[in-house]
Amino acid sequence: MQLARKQSLFKTILEYFVTVDHKKIGLLYLFSGLFFLVCGTVLALLMRIQLAVPENDFLSGQTYNEVMTMHGTTMIFFAATPLIFGLMNYIVPLQIGARDVAFPFINALGFWFFLFGGIFLYSSFLFGEVPDAGWTAYASLAVVSKGHGVDFYLLALQLSGAGTIMSGINFLVTIVNMRAPGMSYMRLPLFTWTSFITSALIIFAFPAFTIGLILLLFSRLFGAQYFNVAIGGNTVIYEHLFWIFGHPEVYILVLPIFGVFSEIFSTFSKKRLFGYNSMVFAVILIGFLGFMVWAHHMFTVGLGPFANAIFAIATMAIAVPTGIKIFNWLLTLWGGSIRLTTPMLYGLGFIPSFIIGGVTGVMTASAAADYQFHDSYFVVAHFHYVIVGGIVFGILGGLHYWWPKMFGYMLNETLGKISFAVLFVGFHTTFFVLHFVGLMGMPRRYFTYLKDQDFGDLNYISTIGSYILVLGLVLIVFNYIYSTVIREKAVNDPWNGRTLEWSIPSPPPMYNFKQVPQVNSLDAFWYEKMKGNSNMSSPDELSDIHMPSNSSLPFFMALGFFIASYGLMFLDKGSNNIAFITLVIGGIIAFGSMVLRSTIEDKGYYITKKQLSEEDPK
Amino acid sequence: MISNTTKLTRENFPINPERATLEGQNKYLGFWFFLCGETVLFACLIGTYLALKNSYSTGLSSNELFEYPLILIATIFLLTSSLTSALAVYEMKRFKFVNMQLWFFITVLLGCSFLALEVYEFIHYVDKGFKFTTSPFSSSFYTLVGFHGAHVSFGILWFLTLMLRNAKSGLSLVNAPKYYLASLYWHFVDVVWVFIFTVVYLLGMVG
Ligand code: HEM
Ligand SMILES: [Cu+2]
Repeated sequence: MQLARKQSLFKTILEYFVTVDHKKIGLLYLFSGLFFLVCGTVLALLMRIQLAVPENDFLSGQTYNEVMTMHGTTMIFFAATPLIFGLMNYIVPLQIGARDVAFPFINALGFWFFLFGGIFLYSSFLFGEVPDAGWTAYASLAVVSKGHGVDFYLLALQLSGAGTIMSGINFLVTIVNMRAPGMSYMRLPLFTWTSFITSALIIFAFPAFTIGLILLLFSRLFGAQYFNVAIGGNTVIYEHLFWIFGHPEVYILVLPIFGVFSEIFSTFSKKRLFGYNSMVFAVILIGFLGFMVWAHHMFTVGLGPFANAIFAIATMAIAVPTGIKIFNWLLTLWGGSIRLTTPMLYGLGFIPSFIIGGVTGVMTASAAADYQFHDSYFVVAHFHYVIVGGIVFGILGGLHYWWPKMFGYMLNETLGKISFAVLFVGFHTTFFVLHFVGLMGMPRRYFTYLKDQDFGDLNYISTIGSYILVLGLVLIVFNYIYSTVIREKAVNDPWNGRTLEWSIPSPPPMYNFKQVPQVNSLDAFWYEKMKGNSNMSSPDELSDIHMPSNSSLPFFMALGFFIASYGLMFLDKGSNNIAFITLVIGGIIAFGSMVLRSTIEDKGYYITKKQLSEEDPK
Repeated sequence: MISNTTKLTRENFPINPERATLEGQNKYLGFWFFLCGETVLFACLIGTYLALKNSYSTGLSSNELFEYPLILIATIFLLTSSLTSALAVYEMKRFKFVNMQLWFFITVLLGCSFLALEVYEFIHYVDKGFKFTTSPFSSSFYTLVGFHGAHVSFGILWFLTLMLRNAKSGLSLVNAPKYYLASLYWHFVDVVWVFIFTVVYLLGMVG
């Protein structure tokens, strides 16, 4: 790493374009995720400003629809997903004692597909035709939506979805095949376990969405009739496809967060995670049940009392494994020697917030009551409690926890605690009142409400809350910048951690582990520390390390599909052939890179023993 | 496990060359996961088709449309190609490169014949007035069967690329997993066809 220290900014940037290193890709995910999180938050603020007072005309109805659609789509697919993928990419190989992921090339490819998907989506603002059919894009709205807005949504998600499936496969194989000696399944850290289950959900859930998107795309671009109700088409098919994907998607996002908090609770209580086995069991069970409940989003569609009853009961059943997890976390805290660090505060804030979200979830799960709750602000409050109080807290807490490992310096604790407190207050002020607005009857996805509906006061409070929430986020970003300037150096193991990532330097060298570690127990590093060893032992001698070589092909492959998507979308403007030519150029770039990939043999390179032993052990 | 530098001969060639290296094992496992996703993909398309197959509107319905002799021949081509690709993998494990290439070549020929018949079938239907936009039934039929056809074409291209790319270099532990996976993919596409044959064509017969 010493060699790479002093180099120009340009070279560093170039390095990120061609990297296949899971750590660099992890950082790419994290920073693009943070960027989109900011975009999504700005959109949320616009909505809250519009809704602050009745009959407001800050945004028009059409603009509101666009802002709302972009907010939901951005937050789910381009903020939460990449932030979680960033953590998974960076941490999972370290936790299992691997030098890289199973498919470094595919890993990079997945990232570029995601990023180009995001850029594609946001380019809709430049074209002035923005998606407006909600993040769910139900066929009855999406097929008739004018202009190219919804096409941007469809193709952007097709691109990023392809990337997500690739990453899912990559993580699965990594965790199955690349574990260090002794790292049996029941010794995997919980973050790795949850990432494993999340990846399994991805490969079974995302293809359903792919088909849903394709059906919409064919309907819009080529006049397919699946959804034409007048001649026997059926729009409910799309709703099924969307939610067969959509419900597992919420678990795809939240399971890794459960993992993050399991690590945080156990580290800062200085205790082994309580009920490790039942935690693993609960994650698997949640993953399985997650596929059995999708129709709870469709109770009011009219599937009939029988279907509704089954899906209602299946949904309520998920509360059981989730409850198991909550109790295990509480019992991990119980009797532990607790340190109230910033990540721990996120954890402690997460538990009550997530419980509120869970309780309203079970409420909406009872089909009869859901006729009242459905499509009201009650649901908006419910899912923001699990999303912000769960997923966003988890991401921010996890970032604070692993930041020293990733960058080699600490985040400021005081600022961290203050920003958490502001965020926490802002979050609850924004969303708690929305439960009541919803119960009073305010429907979601409406751009305004009337003066005599009495929704004004609570909405005003919610808007003020969202300012506080955003202030919290600003403070967090400020902390990132401030701590980068101050650069308070981090040791290898700043939190007195328990898992393998804390046994190597911060930031880790390119090859992660000089020698592959021998794992002897759950909480492998803690076990060695308790035995008085400061390092992991290894079953192997020091030897040359094989590394995959960098490649610019992932970037160009994704770029090709990105360009081709514009061509495909504008094919209807066929009078000049520009769209068609764009499609062809994109196709050539994409398939050309594929052919190059399969004909050039990548032999990789070796870091020799000599280089390894010369390197500074720090 | 043999190292990359050992010269491969019929004697030391591993029994399962596709899983003889870590890279091979990763690809092997990853590909199975990929096939899980593909299964969901086709399951969704088949579900959509089943939901819409009686919505033929003013167009042709399934028992007025299908040309069974043609479909039967196409099916025989595709199923036989599965056999030939299995024979190719058998030769691969015996380290007989030329035989393997030959069997894969026959597989490709059979695949092309299947595709040609399918294209002819589609053109024929369009001539009968059964277009992509005619009815929900027609849209979902062309989507499902066309999607499968696209998979067949991709498989053919994959085989051809592999065969050309490695024609000179012969069999190695780097390309053995690739050949193996291409043939696995081919079997998968075949199995999907069995479902399509049942759900679309046989069920279409009874109306
Ligand atoms: C930063 C704080 C946030 C605020 C103030 C906020 C506010 C809002 C508002 C006002 C709506 C529109 C409700 C409607 O008109 O029906 C909304 C919808 C939504 N939000 Fe948020 N939100 C925030 C964060 C998030 C996050 C972090 C996520 C996901 C990771 C998220 C996901 C969604 C989704 C999926 C929708 C539904 C969009 C649709 O109906 O199509 N939000 N949010
Ligand atoms: Cu759900």
